[in-house]
Amino acid sequence: MSLDTVKNALEHPGVEQPFAELGLKPDEYTRIREILGRRPTSSELAMYSVMWSEHCSYKSSKVHLRQFGDKMPENDAMLVGIGENAGVVDVGQGYAVTFKVESHNHPSYVEPYQGAATGIGGIVRDILAMGARPVAVMDPLRFGAAEHPDTRRVLPGVVAGIGGYGNCLGLPNIGGEIVFDPCYQGNPLVNALCVGVMKHEDIHLAQASGAGNLVILYGARTGGDGIGGVSVLASETFTENDGGGSGPAKRPAVQVGDPFQEKLLIECTLELFREHLVAGIQDLGGAGLSCATSELASAGSGGMRVELDTVPLRDHTLSPEEILMSESQERMCAIVEPAHVARFMEICDKWDVIATVVGEVTEGDRLEIFWHGEQIVDVPPRTVAHEGPVYERPYARPQWQDTLQADAAERLPRPGTAEELKATLLKVVASPNLADKSWVTAQYDKYVLGNTVLAQPEDSGMVRIDEESGLGVALATDGNGRFCKLDPYTGAQLALAEAYRNVATTGAKPLAVTDCLNFGSPEDPAVMWQFAETTRGLADACQILGTPVTGGNVSFYNQTGETAIHPTPVVGVLGVIDDVERRTPIGFAEEGQIILLLGDTHEELSGSAWAQVAHDHLGGLPPKVDLERERLLAEILIAGSRDGMIDAAHDLADGGLAQALVEACLTGGNGARVVLAEDLDPTVALFSESAGRAIVAVPRSEELRFSDMCKVRGLPCARIGVVDGDTLDFQGHFTVALDEVRAAHEGTLKGLFG
Amino acid sequence: MARVVVDVMLKPEILDPQGQAVQRALPRLGFDGITDVRQGKRFELELEGPVDEAALARIREAAESFLANTVIEDFVVRVETEEEK
Repeated sequence: MSLDTVKNALEHPGVEQPFAELGLKPDEYTRIREILGRRPTSSELAMYSVMWSEHCSYKSSKVHLRQFGDKMPENDAMLVGIGENAGVVDVGQGYAVTFKVESHNHPSYVEPYQGAATGIGGIVRDILAMGARPVAVMDPLRFGAAEHPDTRRVLPGVVAGIGGYGNCLGLPNIGGEIVFDPCYQGNPLVNALCVGVMKHEDIHLAQASGAGNLVILYGARTGGDGIGGVSVLASETFTENDGGGSGPAKRPAVQVGDPFQEKLLIECTLELFREHLVAGIQDLGGAGLSCATSELASAGSGGMRVELDTVPLRDHTLSPEEILMSESQERMCAIVEPAHVARFMEICDKWDVIATVVGEVTEGDRLEIFWHGEQIVDVPPRTVAHEGPVYERPYARPQWQDTLQADAAERLPRPGTAEELKATLLKVVASPNLADKSWVTAQYDKYVLGNTVLAQPEDSGMVRIDEESGLGVALATDGNGRFCKLDPYTGAQLALAEAYRNVATTGAKPLAVTDCLNFGSPEDPAVMWQFAETTRGLADACQILGTPVTGGNVSFYNQTGETAIHPTPVVGVLGVIDDVERRTPIGFAEEGQIILLLGDTHEELSGSAWAQVAHDHLGGLPPKVDLERERLLAEILIAGSRDGMIDAAHDLADGGLAQALVEACLTGGNGARVVLAEDLDPTVALFSESAGRAIVAVPRSEELRFSDMCKVRGLPCARIGVVDGDTLDFQGHFTVALDEVRAAHEGTLKGLFG
Repeated sequence: MARVVVDVMLKPEILDPQGQAVQRALPRLGFDGITDVRQGKRFELELEGPVDEAALARIREAAESFLANTVIEDFVVRVETEEEK
């Protein structure tokens, strides 16, 4: 195929171009022609197609995501907000923390191991590009039904990929979630979160300014992997036609990661930062060079000239279009002043990282790309990177929503006898969603780097960031797709409330939020309604809790045919703790501790784990959210931890009080004697998932001081039992040996995947 | 007894970190002039019966579904002759 230059595009305006195959709609193609005043060259078309994909341009979500800025709460801690590679938050003592959660759903379904591995690689480079040293990762995962054969293909691959890449990189994996639901069959959600630490003065931004500064591409060579991953893989629905039928076969855009190369890239980049050699930086992820060059130029003064034939290649047959679209992993792009180039190269050489000057920042406002001297791209970079199409997609509350909400789980039959109640408890805590997740988390290195103080199964992961003072950060991710299906507005708020509560339970003060919004097709008005409600709910709740959204990611097209996944916003909350010595674990470690239940329990069983396990039921309305209550509960939990009043604390969520007690007992290795509230039906007392609740264990000597504090602040606090023995004894109902509970709780995943 | 060999290689466009590591090591050890290295896997399958079309079809099926990950790998099935052994 001959080279399609800008000159050629002017001379031959009538050439038919394969815009539809590249994922562009006819009106988008027309707009590109209007912007350029001519037909695009094939290289320009390639760039626009990937950058205007749903994945890169947020064209369907943008109008809704604006709320996160418009409703942003006052927060002095925020140093860098939405729009950069990741948000940055001040955590005190001169430290700043950057964190973000992203999806790698579609690649992980096609090739579980590499998809999950490169998901980790991508989010780690995002954090690195902000100037921070990555210190930990987390993985919120969703799979199809646990017993489905395809889950047996996808889950072990994903888990091995996360472990393989993260462990090689030397980053601890401190938590996440594993959820099973038939709605994720064929659409597993593989989200990855990374957190990094830096000093305030180390913050770096993705922009190219200063004419004459050089554009340096460094890291791995560019190959033909993952071409068009964002446009054709992550931005459309899979159909039966793929690979057969009349349409063009979509080549699975799989990338293979190399964690050792990434490790070199991290150390090399951090040394470059230390010597102040970098004026602007961007990682190469989705849309590869198209994205890095256009975003850097667009965020800077606008002008950039790139000699594409200087890009080091793994495969010399690649065309310029393919080089622009390649998603080869482990690459970064830096803007460097000419005086610093020699030292820059020296450092890259030391780390065995290939670095090449591929272009320079220019005076003008055009991004110009050349191939062996001939111009193949001449575009205003903003039109590629930041001014892509914006859609006001139609949305409508689906017809079935009322029927679904009317079908409440509170009407379902409940266990009638003590024996049935006991059997139900064992069944609930052994169900795949609530069972012990060690089979998975044991494959991740949780303690590498030596700063992990809390990891799964604790409520949040916590790492120390300053050895002297003990300053640390805590992170939790949550998202309940079942609640969101029942009511996306409330469901999103519940996800935030739970992550917020989880952070506070460990003694850290929640500061900021990142979110990964996983949905079906935005072209379906019902899905778009779910999305609109979710963002509205989340933005409203962030405003009340005072925790701004600092960044995140949207993943659409998680659906097979007409069937979308449950709307699944995964919300990550970051908190700070002055001294990690003060952290609160979940386990009941000592006999004689008093167990207190904080918050109110209502008859709220719809969408609960109990409804799913006992009746395979989803209907009704999710639990109510009271954000002021969540804030009060958090303040009490943080104060209790700071003043040394609490020995253990555990938030109540999926599986209610039953699950919380079982986890606290098993983790601590002690049983408990518990009295259930007499005014509640035992099923409600045990399995209701009312929000704004936690259990705490306090030493006898602190019981009065703690309950007085709750009373003064107006937080309901009930003494429900005492840590004791090797059974879980619900007085007046049933007793079950801890060993029996342990066997049920810990045997499930081993049995399914082991 | 017949032997069938299945060679599995990463597809050309897929990154091969192992091959690259080998390639980087070669000049350090004094082996110059090698411009690229790709590393693959070789399976040697000993068959009970004769190597007929049906047997080969079964092996191709095994290669496709189990020995190779066809999302990122290609494979070639061939019968090994006596001399090759």
